Amino acid sequence: MPARAVTITSGKGGVGKTTVTANLGTALAAQGQRVVIIDADIGLRNLDVMMGLENRIVYDLVDVVEGRCRLRQALVRDKRLPELYLLPAAQTRDKTAVNPEQMVQVCDELREGADFLLIDSPAGIEQGFRVAVAPADEVLIVTNPEVAAVRDADRVIGLLEAEEKGPLHLILNRVKPEMVRRGDMLETNAVLELLAIQLIGVVPEDEAVLAAANTGRPVALSDNSMAGRAFHNIAHRLRGEEVPFLPLREPGLLGRLRRLVRPEGE
Amino acid sequence: MTQPAEVRIKGIRQGLLIGLGAGEWTERLALLEKRLAQSAGFFQGGRAVLDVGDRLLTATEIEQARDLLALHEVALWGVLSSRDETTLAAARMGLVVHLDMVEPSEQKREVTEPETDFPPLVVERTLRSGQKVHHPGHVVVIGDVHAGAEVVAGGHIIVWGKVRGVVHAGAMGDSGATVCALDLSPTQLRIAGYIARSPEEKRRRPVPETARVRNGRIEAIPWRDK
Repeated sequence: MPARAVTITSGKGGVGKTTVTANLGTALAAQGQRVVIIDADIGLRNLDVMMGLENRIVYDLVDVVEGRCRLRQALVRDKRLPELYLLPAAQTRDKTAVNPEQMVQVCDELREGADFLLIDSPAGIEQGFRVAVAPADEVLIVTNPEVAAVRDADRVIGLLEAEEKGPLHLILNRVKPEMVRRGDMLETNAVLELLAIQLIGVVPEDEAVLAAANTGRPVALSDNSMAGRAFHNIAHRLRGEEVPFLPLREPGLLGRLRRLVRPEGE
Repeated sequence: MTQPAEVRIKGIRQGLLIGLGAGEWTERLALLEKRLAQSAGFFQGGRAVLDVGDRLLTATEIEQARDLLALHEVALWGVLSSRDETTLAAARMGLVVHLDMVEPSEQKREVTEPETDFPPLVVERTLRSGQKVHHPGHVVVIGDVHAGAEVVAGGHIIVWGKVRGVVHAGAMGDSGATVCALDLSPTQLRIAGYIARSPEEKRRRPVPETARVRNGRIEAIPWRDK
C-alpha cells in the first residue's frame, strides 16, 4: 500500500509543529513503520537539528526539485531507526523555491517505498503552507491552549476545509495541567468546542521535550516521559488503533481517594 | 427617519441603484464618497445605476461620478434622469439610461422593510476565522460564526448557531435590520451605523437572542421574553 502523506501545520509559529513532526516520525518508525519526514520549511529548516541529523545532509528538497540530484540521494537515514528517513529543506533558499506541483511530485515518488510521509509545514498561510499541504491525504493541526494559537488554527482549518482537504485532526500541544486546573489555561474541551474538529492527541508540557530538541534525540525514542508517551499514542491513533487519552490531570486529593476506593477508576 | 437629502444605495436585480437626492452636485458626490467609504468595500465589484433626478449634468460631471465609484471598485453602468440633456450625455458615454424594471421615482418610496431585492443567502457551514460573507440581502448561517469571521448583510442576519465574530446587519443603512442567533456573543455587532460589543463577562447559559436598534442604540432581546 502506498504511503499516506500527513502534513503537520498550525498557522501560528512556535506551537511545536517541528517537534511534533520529529516525534511522530520517530514514534511511527519505532513502531515498525517505514517513515519519511519532509521538512517543507525552506529557508528556516529545523527538523534536521531536532533529529540530530544536521551534519549528514548532502542534498536537500530544492536540489531534488531543481534536478541536481536524485531523490534517493537527498534522503538522510536516521541514526537510530533504520526505517526513518529525512528529506531536508534547503537553508539558503526561500519558500518560492518549490511550488505545490513539485511537492506533489516528490511525494508521489516517495509513496512507493514508505508507509508514512510526514510533512513539516512552515508557519503562516502563504505559499510555504500551500506547498506543504498540497500532497496531504490528512492534516494534523497543532495548537497550544492559548487564544491566539487557537484563532490561527481556526483560520487554517477554514482554509483547509475550503480546499476540501481532509481528514483534519487536532493536536493540542504544551498543555500544562497545573495551569488548566487553576483556570489560567484553556481546557481541552474548550479548545475542541472552539475548533470543532476531531482530537488526535494531547501533549503535556514537558521539559524533556526541550532538552531532547537541543540534543537531537526526540523524546519519542523512549516512553519514560509524559510527552514521549503522548506522541506514541498519537502514532498508534494515526495507524487506526484506538488508544484512550492519557489522564492529563495528576489526580487531586479527591481523585486519589476515589482511586483507593475503586482501584480501576470509573 | 429618512433625512431629506440622503444618498440612498439600494440593491436591485441588475446591481445597485444609487439615489443621489436633491442638492448641489459636488456636495452629493462628497456624500456618496462618505457612504462608500463607510461601507468599507461592501459594494466592491458591483455595478451601479445613478438616479440623478432632474439634474442637468455634463459628461464631465458624470465622469466625476464614474471615477469616484471606480475608486471604490464599483462600475458605473447607467444613469437615470428625467432630464433629456443628462440622459443624452450619459447615452453618449455608453451608459444605460433606462431600466425596464426600475422607475426613477422608485427611490422616493419610503422603505421600511430591509431592502430585499436580492434573494437571501444561505450559508450551510461554520464560518471560521478569516472567512467573510458579504451579501446585499438577508444572510442565514446554518452553523457558527467563529471569532475572526465576518458576516455583512444588507438585510437581516440569522445564525442557527453561535456568533463570536463580527456581524453587520443593514449594512447599506437600514437600521430596521436585526441579528438573531442561538447564542449571540459577537466580537462586535453592527446594525446600519450603530455599533455594540458583547458584555465582557461570560453568560453561563446562552439563550437565543435578537438584536435590534431601539431608542438609538442596539439592544439584545432574549427570545423567551417576546
